[in-house]
Amino acid sequence: MALLKSVFGKVKKGLERTRDTFASGLRSMLLGRKLDDELIRDLEKRLIQADIGVQTALRLIAGIKADYKAGKMTRGEQVLDYLKSELKALWPEEDRRIHFADTASTGLPTVILVAGVNGAGKTTSVAKIAKSLVDDGKSVLLAACDTYRAGAVRQLEIWSERLGVQIVKGQQGGDPAAAAFDACDAALARKVDVLLIDTAGRLQTQDPLMRQLTKIRDVVARKIEGAPHEVLLVLDATTGQNAVQQAKKFSEAIDVTGLFLAKLDGTAKGGVVIAVHEAVGVPVKFIGVGERPEDVEPFDPDQFIEAMFAE
Amino acid sequence: MFDRLSDGFNSAIKKLSGRGTISESNVREAMEDVRTALLEADVHYEVVEEFTENVVEQAKGQKVLESLKPGQQMIGIVNDELIRLMSQGDDSQPGIPRVSPGPTVIMMCGLQGSGKTTTCGKLAGYLKKRGRSVMLAAADLQRPAAIDQLETVVQTVNAEITTGPAARFYGEKDKAAEYGKAVGVAVKVCQNAASEARKAGVDTLILDTAGRLHINDELMTELRSVNKALSPHQILLVVDAMTGQDAVNSAKAFHEQLSIDGVILTKFDSDTRGGAALTVRKITGAPLKFIGTGEHVDKLEEFHADRIASRILGMGDVVSLVEKAQQEVNEEEAEEMAAKMAKGELTMDDFLKQLRTLRRMGPMKQLLGMLPGVGSMLKDVDIDDKQLDRVEGMVNSMTPEERKSVKKLDQSRRKRISTGSGTKVEDVSRLTKQFDMISKMSKQMSGVGVKGKVAAMRELQKSGGSLPGMEGMPMMPGGRGSTKSQSPKRGFKKRKGGKKRR
Ligand SMILES: Nc1nc2c(ncn2[C@@H]2O[C@H](COP(=O)(O)OP(=O)(O)OP(=O)(O)O)[C@@H](O)[C@H]2O)c(=O)[nH]1
Ligand SMILES: [Mg+2]
Repeated sequence: MALLKSVFGKVKKGLERTRDTFASGLRSMLLGRKLDDELIRDLEKRLIQADIGVQTALRLIAGIKADYKAGKMTRGEQVLDYLKSELKALWPEEDRRIHFADTASTGLPTVILVAGVNGAGKTTSVAKIAKSLVDDGKSVLLAACDTYRAGAVRQLEIWSERLGVQIVKGQQGGDPAAAAFDACDAALARKVDVLLIDTAGRLQTQDPLMRQLTKIRDVVARKIEGAPHEVLLVLDATTGQNAVQQAKKFSEAIDVTGLFLAKLDGTAKGGVVIAVHEAVGVPVKFIGVGERPEDVEPFDPDQFIEAMFAE
Repeated sequence: MFDRLSDGFNSAIKKLSGRGTISESNVREAMEDVRTALLEADVHYEVVEEFTENVVEQAKGQKVLESLKPGQQMIGIVNDELIRLMSQGDDSQPGIPRVSPGPTVIMMCGLQGSGKTTTCGKLAGYLKKRGRSVMLAAADLQRPAAIDQLETVVQTVNAEITTGPAARFYGEKDKAAEYGKAVGVAVKVCQNAASEARKAGVDTLILDTAGRLHINDELMTELRSVNKALSPHQILLVVDAMTGQDAVNSAKAFHEQLSIDGVILTKFDSDTRGGAALTVRKITGAPLKFIGTGEHVDKLEEFHADRIASRILGMGDVVSLVEKAQQEVNEEEAEEMAAKMAKGELTMDDFLKQLRTLRRMGPMKQLLGMLPGVGSMLKDVDIDDKQLDRVEGMVNSMTPEERKSVKKLDQSRRKRISTGSGTKVEDVSRLTKQFDMISKMSKQMSGVGVKGKVAAMRELQKSGGSLPGMEGMPMMPGGRGSTKSQSPKRGFKKRKGGKKRR
């Protein structure tokens, strides 16, 4: 299997905000500071405000408190080291690249299925991934399988026009699994490299809709061997603890293989992905940092951790 | 959660009962659990801090020790304080005021993906039902096909809500542009929409603006310009109920720049605890007006602070449950059923009746989530409609005699039932075993409070309560008319000190 190098090799200026925060983040808060109760409280506050979750925050803080009481931790630098190593431990080395099919030898396309709750940023993220793939010289076919929400098919169609990629459109109000079926046929007939499937937003509590998603996945798996090669769950970075619930349920329904954390260009820190990562054990592959198709970055845990502590 | 909270309170307060006085630190200790509960529900850190301080102050004054159940009392205080915070100064009538001369202009705003367009449609439907003529204007020129979306939404509103005057659509498709290129144009579109609305004589104009980040100066300036040009009578902020700590930042920015008049919380049909409601309310001071509970155009409900308060605390939305149940369950029938259960005379027919009632009441999980204690317990149990179908099929294949007494079900009868219902013999056996357990349990449980029931349910689960959908069953009549414990609704009213609940 031809695992290409990172699809999105280039580092973009899109992350300026994140970088700015580097200075105002954890370092500026801790370097040269003497550890005291107030500082510990401030740390707890930052952790929780980053949506990291109470349990994780309290666990980290308990570690600091214990060492502080024992006189083992007295300076900000030590806290910085401790936190970094603890937080890094939560992000093991893992493969964050897109899994591609071995198109060269089998002639079969790579299929990427994109799902998530309503308004998470799925369609825009599909456009972003499409652009990166096209920039990498791949031929892409978009499948508009959100046949439910008003204007959804048209939305993706506009992206296809702007990006100059092909599209297969589902019938408004029609069966999305049937649309996925047709899209697979089209992808095979047109011999594209990648088929990117956009699906309707749905809440993880809506069982019938979750079953429908499973059906879409099954259809794709039956049509193209080895597909879907990548199942991306789009999470909105502003989401709180409910993201864990989302990740669990979507994983049960469609075996999520990676996360796309959208809307990190706002003030939300997206810390909940730590809990999400722990719960479902799949890597965060990309982050969305704006509304334009080029506003996408590969996920970088170090940067992410730094940004989490920014004011 | 409810259990954990009340146990936590009880134990923390018991520790000091020997000394007879209540110290601040004891209340504080007890409040740790509340703090965690609120943070887990996504209430903002600082809002939580302030909240717990307030409650500690109040609890100190209230002689918690003298009450028989200090834990319950503390929860009462916490719950009341939550309700107070979310409904404070909110005596204005619900819904949307109407100005004369019209049109009443409503501007919707919020972050990307919060659900503005869908909510515009629901609001239009809500007003249409009340006889108001509405025009919806597409002021989102940024997101591809946003104008098409609103146009379709208006068609749906008119097709699905037949009472009241038809809603109208206003949009200028040629003005849509790529990201960042049409900034400012929305002002003109809104002005045009306003003059159209006046010409058409509609009484309400709803402006659907583009989703934007609160830190995007250019786009926030655009909103301010719309505000200046049209002076909307109501500016409503649309917030995703699943939002985390960041709700504080966006709400603050939108409020500072636009001075919002109300909040609509969307996606409340998810299993979010919805702490963002409290955060946004605290930051803006604006009333929480509606909640969205589904994608369909009629899934808009007026906000009830008491319901959301218990949800945030993880206590389940008891009042809504009772109301829903009341719509479906005949009062006498329920009393009768409760009596039967107390005597252990439950039959398969009764059981089936309950099953059908429960089903009518909507998605099972939503319902279970509303029950105190049970919600969190059963959250992860897979409740499958197909399984319920099978249970129904099995009961339908029993003779009236068998339904009265499952003890009659020997192997050959079980075989017959399984063939009749297309299930396996094991399924029938499991059903009877469980039914047996439930009727025993319900006999024991009548007269036991919520906590006892939850404990009993746990037992049932442990003993292989794997027939999904059945676990919640005995709760129904018990929760409404059990002998000792009051109905939750009555309890609620009382705690609120006679204040009228809308
Ligand atoms: N600022 C910012 N906005 C984003 C990002 N990703 C998506 N959006 C915006 O969020 C809104 C919703 O995005 P969509 O891509 O339509 O979301 P969706 O999940 O497909 O929505 P539904 O199909 O309605 O469920 C749009 O206004 C997007 O422009 C991001 O990374 N940053
Ligand atoms: Mg979409």
